[in-house]
Amino acid sequence: MGLLVKDKQVVVPGDVLADDLGFIPGFGTYRNNHNLVCSRLGLVNLEGKVVKIIPLSGKYLPRRNDIVVGRVFDILMAGWRVDINSPYSAVLSSKETPEFIERNEDLSRHFDLDDHLVCKVTNVTSQNLVDVSCRDQGLRKLRGGRILPVNTHKVPRIIGKKGSMVSMIKQATGCRIIVGQNGLVWIDGEPDKENIAVNAIRKIEEESHMPGLTDRMKTYLEEITGVKISLNEGDYNGLQ
Amino acid sequence: MDYNKRLDGRDFDELRPMEAKAGVIKKADGSAYFKMGNTVAYAAVYGPREMFPKFQQDPKKGVLRCNYNMMPFSGAGERVRPGPSRRSKEISAVTEKALSAVVDLTDSPNAVVDVYIELPQTDAGSRCCGINAAAIALADAGIIMKDIVAAVAIGHAGNKIVVDLNYEEEHLPHYLPGLDNEDVADIPVAIVPSTGEISLLQMDGIVHKEVLFKALHKAKAAAIQVNEVQRNALREKFSSSANDDDNGNGNNYSNDSNDDTDNNENNDDGFQN
Repeated sequence: MGLLVKDKQVVVPGDVLADDLGFIPGFGTYRNNHNLVCSRLGLVNLEGKVVKIIPLSGKYLPRRNDIVVGRVFDILMAGWRVDINSPYSAVLSSKETPEFIERNEDLSRHFDLDDHLVCKVTNVTSQNLVDVSCRDQGLRKLRGGRILPVNTHKVPRIIGKKGSMVSMIKQATGCRIIVGQNGLVWIDGEPDKENIAVNAIRKIEEESHMPGLTDRMKTYLEEITGVKISLNEGDYNGLQ
Repeated sequence: MDYNKRLDGRDFDELRPMEAKAGVIKKADGSAYFKMGNTVAYAAVYGPREMFPKFQQDPKKGVLRCNYNMMPFSGAGERVRPGPSRRSKEISAVTEKALSAVVDLTDSPNAVVDVYIELPQTDAGSRCCGINAAAIALADAGIIMKDIVAAVAIGHAGNKIVVDLNYEEEHLPHYLPGLDNEDVADIPVAIVPSTGEISLLQMDGIVHKEVLFKALHKAKAAAIQVNEVQRNALREKFSSSANDDDNGNGNNYSNDSNDDTDNNENNDDGFQN
């Protein structure tokens, strides 16, 4: 019999994906005797003999080197506790800030409670203790703007190939946008332009599974803003 | 006395009409609605999230925590006193055990997955209905699980095995005076369909061993029907927007070469100024 599902098909836990040993279980699948069974709701992805699941829902689990948008919710002896929209909170050490902090200095002068910041996950332990850092180009406190929560699993779609999608929105609206891997998007610009950006991101979230997304978004944004967008995906290097 | 025709005219193997829907509660991480006849259950899943109280954390794996609640107006007769009761606490506990047979929370140590089951309308089989809704909601929340648990109540009335009892059948001697209380039994069963494992087995009443085995056999067949409804509810939620696509490409996630199809590898940093 072999493979029982099509590529990109929606599968639910317990669905038998293949019923012989010719396929290798990948992420979100397990083997039960001869059967390859789905263990997570998502879309089937075939890569040669490997069958894996692209999840459609679920919480963000922190991974090393992810750029995330977080909120300070506690101040510790030598750092801050940051809510990163995940089951696990992260610790930002006072040594990992852009400026040098003296001993016994008041930490709330740098990051106060409810401040938002962009940071990078530097370490995740087996017990999911998370360290983040603000010591890299562009990592900083976020002032002004708004935070838009999105589905974590759609973040790669919102960014697009080499940042093409997000740079399109930025070109059209003139907003500054940061997309955190944890599903928080920071948008700062003219209020009505911010709204356009929010709507565009919601549209991407809803339509991300349909083909021709980039072209559709381009027409959509050009129609609303009247700005001519040039697709230039090459100029994005992750950190600017 | 024999029970020859069911009170609501169903076949002895026939389930009550079922209806299921996934993603009904916006603010929950996963949610579902499940209806069996006149029993309605809503389940909401939150998490994995931080476990409080902290001493209940498990550093080896995440914890599943269920809460079953019958709403005050849900019953057919007397108002149900709100708040936890001896009965609802027990049902919460058995629901938890029925579901933890399939969920795998080793990836979220020290965390908790909360499942809230609310029943706005009940007509027997509420724990089964609650488990069915909760199983859909857990899958909807993206929890890793090896299968979707399906539950159904099997009964024994007169000398017949009856699938999916309703309220009248649970209290059959009251409606058919020829029957004794000893002639009636109610057996809620939860089954892991792919393996046939039983993750919940309770019984009210007295039955013979052979009858119990026959009942479990029927439960398996019925659970598979329930499971089909559960699966379709999930598939429907996640492919509905794909089917609206007038390109006719159905469930295609993306064929667009301009897009980054490699969704799972988060090699793009979401960082721009």
